[in-house]
Amino acid sequence: MKVKDVIEQSGLELVNMGDNVDDEVGSVFCCDLLSVAMGKAPAGGAWITVMGNVNTLAVAALTETALIVLAEGSDLDDAAVAKASQQGITVLKSEKPVYETAKDIDILINA
Amino acid sequence: MGEGIVLKYNVPGDDFTRAGEASGAVKSQLKQMQLSPDVVRRVAIAMYEGEINMVIHAEGGTIEVCITPEYIDMVLKDKGPGIPDVEKAMQAGYSTAPDNVRNLGFGAGMGLPNMKKYTDEMKVETTLGVGTTVTMRIYI
Repeated sequence: MKVKDVIEQSGLELVNMGDNVDDEVGSVFCCDLLSVAMGKAPAGGAWITVMGNVNTLAVAALTETALIVLAEGSDLDDAAVAKASQQGITVLKSEKPVYETAKDIDILINA
Repeated sequence: MGEGIVLKYNVPGDDFTRAGEASGAVKSQLKQMQLSPDVVRRVAIAMYEGEINMVIHAEGGTIEVCITPEYIDMVLKDKGPGIPDVEKAMQAGYSTAPDNVRNLGFGAGMGLPNMKKYTDEMKVETTLGVGTTVTMRIYI
């Protein structure tokens, strides 16, 4: 499933539309420790996290994460919004906890 | 450092918003050179961890990257406090990062271990009160 389809079909709030909407989303990854995510976030994955700072965006860019989904209603701070837009990273937002958010995305991309 | 393309970066201290700029720039350069995605990812991870370490512990520093047809060398130099126990610092989970850094999602004690894991060779030279130089090599 492509990033744009996840944006359309997940029903989640779109925080930033990235420039990679035609990329495939291949897997789901959950982690809030950025150093762990740095080493393990899969390229082309949907990364579920509650960390919404600029470093989250930097890690997503370096690992070629397909999209970030902020769980638990967390937000990007202002600097992170600017960075997401500048780096063309897709960011969605969910009010649900990490596990439920991940489960929903997993079901969606494997439907 | 051998012959090759040399790229130099300054890493500003205490500025988490700019950490990742140098590794991002190198990553773009390597992608343009059409190196394998695995090599590009490993360089990006190792360098970003190094950048973050410099921001957290050493008030910034400099990074020199040398790209040759056989390997990529990264030399990260800082004038920070030095590492009292390198062996301990290399253990996954050991961290001396302060709370404000942990709140940002760092300080998991994975920095140096990640750098070692994703590179083929790594050397840490450190002197207390003088600074630390980390040299890493990834073969292409």
